[in-house]
Amino acid sequence: MPTSKEGEKRNKMVIICSKGSLDMAYPPLMLATTGAAMGMEVHLYFTFWGINMISKKTIDSLKISPVGNPGIPMPNILGMLPGMTSMLTSMMQKKMEKIKMPSIREMIKTAKESGVKFHACSPTLDMMGLKREDLIPEVDDIIGAATYLELASEDAITLFV
Amino acid sequence: MASPPSGVKPTTIVDSRGTMCPGPITDLFRAYRNANIGDVIELLATDPAAKSDTEAWTKRSRNEIIAVIDEKDYIRIQIRVLKKGK
Repeated sequence: MPTSKEGEKRNKMVIICSKGSLDMAYPPLMLATTGAAMGMEVHLYFTFWGINMISKKTIDSLKISPVGNPGIPMPNILGMLPGMTSMLTSMMQKKMEKIKMPSIREMIKTAKESGVKFHACSPTLDMMGLKREDLIPEVDDIIGAATYLELASEDAITLFV
Repeated sequence: MASPPSGVKPTTIVDSRGTMCPGPITDLFRAYRNANIGDVIELLATDPAAKSDTEAWTKRSRNEIIAVIDEKDYIRIQIRVLKKGK
């Protein structure tokens, strides 16, 4: 646990969620929910493809790509074949169901209930042509880089996913 | 079922068996929010991380583990609520 002033632990965590793939959506949500359960103030800042995690249109259809993913035992050239992404995604979903892993929607619900704050990045929305009503209701607000920096500069644990 | 080797009678039992991190901690946190000071929450878990995560949680939230009981294929962790946050 990182400490700030002597013996005093940080009680705030700010995570940037910048990826829109299924495998990269879980770690920030797991950390956020756990942090909130431990009494921390937790903020998630969704930017670039991370917006897909909180967009109504994409939240239930996040995918995992075999291309450019060295953790997947498949050559990139095979991963590029049509249907590979959806095959890999459904394989991962089946595995996750087996170990009773909640869906991203369920993870977000739990995080929200635990007190995690959800912030959407304003320029990303603009770039993707999305509006507030295109985002899930759990989103607290739309903020910019300055607000993020203000949140993060108060002796917080900051992570970039 | 064999009689428990140690521990007290819990106020609440939280069955988190079958869930993996962060399942046990979020389940514990839910029960904790509804608990009163002095209550004993018993967490049942199969996640191998449950013990160390619960230790970290109690340290952070200033509550106390009063018993850790290993069953055949799961673990029972008894937590006494000493402090209530939000």
